[in-house]
Amino acid sequence: MNRRLFISGMALCAGGVGLLKSVVVMAMEWPKALFALDNETAVVKSLFGDAPISESSDIAIKAPLQAENGAVVPIKITTTLADAESISLVVEKNPSPFVTSVNLQPGAGGMYSARIKMGATSKVTAYVKAGGAVHMASQEIKVTVGGCGG
Amino acid sequence: MAFATKMKIKAGGDGHEVLCLVKHPMETGLRKDSKTGELIPAHFIEMMTFQLNGTTVAEAILGQGVSKDPLIGISIKGGKAGDKVTVQWKDNTGETGSAESAIT
Repeated sequence: MNRRLFISGMALCAGGVGLLKSVVVMAMEWPKALFALDNETAVVKSLFGDAPISESSDIAIKAPLQAENGAVVPIKITTTLADAESISLVVEKNPSPFVTSVNLQPGAGGMYSARIKMGATSKVTAYVKAGGAVHMASQEIKVTVGGCGG
Repeated sequence: MAFATKMKIKAGGDGHEVLCLVKHPMETGLRKDSKTGELIPAHFIEMMTFQLNGTTVAEAILGQGVSKDPLIGISIKGGKAGDKVTVQWKDNTGETGSAESAIT
């Protein structure tokens, strides 16, 4: 092995370790950059990279069709997909579309519920990562009075 | 300043549902004080971790988009009477809180 090959190999190794480390850190630290993104496409790319996303009837969103108060919109996501690893909630029209997510470990069931703020009438999408694939389901929620800032 | 943290466990699905309620302002940092006109600094819960008998089962990431006094629910598979469920949270100012309860 010549010196150049050895060094590039080392660099690759270091890169690989760095990548692994960042994933572990993600689970522990608050992902500030994710919340700073201002459109759903960027959020999804940041969450799942270029992984294909399919609509699934195995995800159910329980939420009001019309919310009178955008400051408190109860959302409950349930999924029957086996081995769900994470559930993420994205509100397309919010200033910061990524709202919340949960990482599920073995022992957790496929459910996540939260009360969220919505700035305006918007599509709400639940992304579920299960068995290495990404699934989604969405629902439109009408908001009469927004709940972001004011 | 401490924030009251409550937890409720009920049987449901193929196990138990765990609901956690924290009395927390969840300030976005975008709202203005109506009297002084100054921005109210952001103050919100960032992470919430659920454990079953000391093992983490779910780790929720929260942000400014979660409502004031957040009510977060997850489910655990199975679970028998006496199993201990704990929830811990941390906000952006470093404040923390926790609650503990046993399945009945």
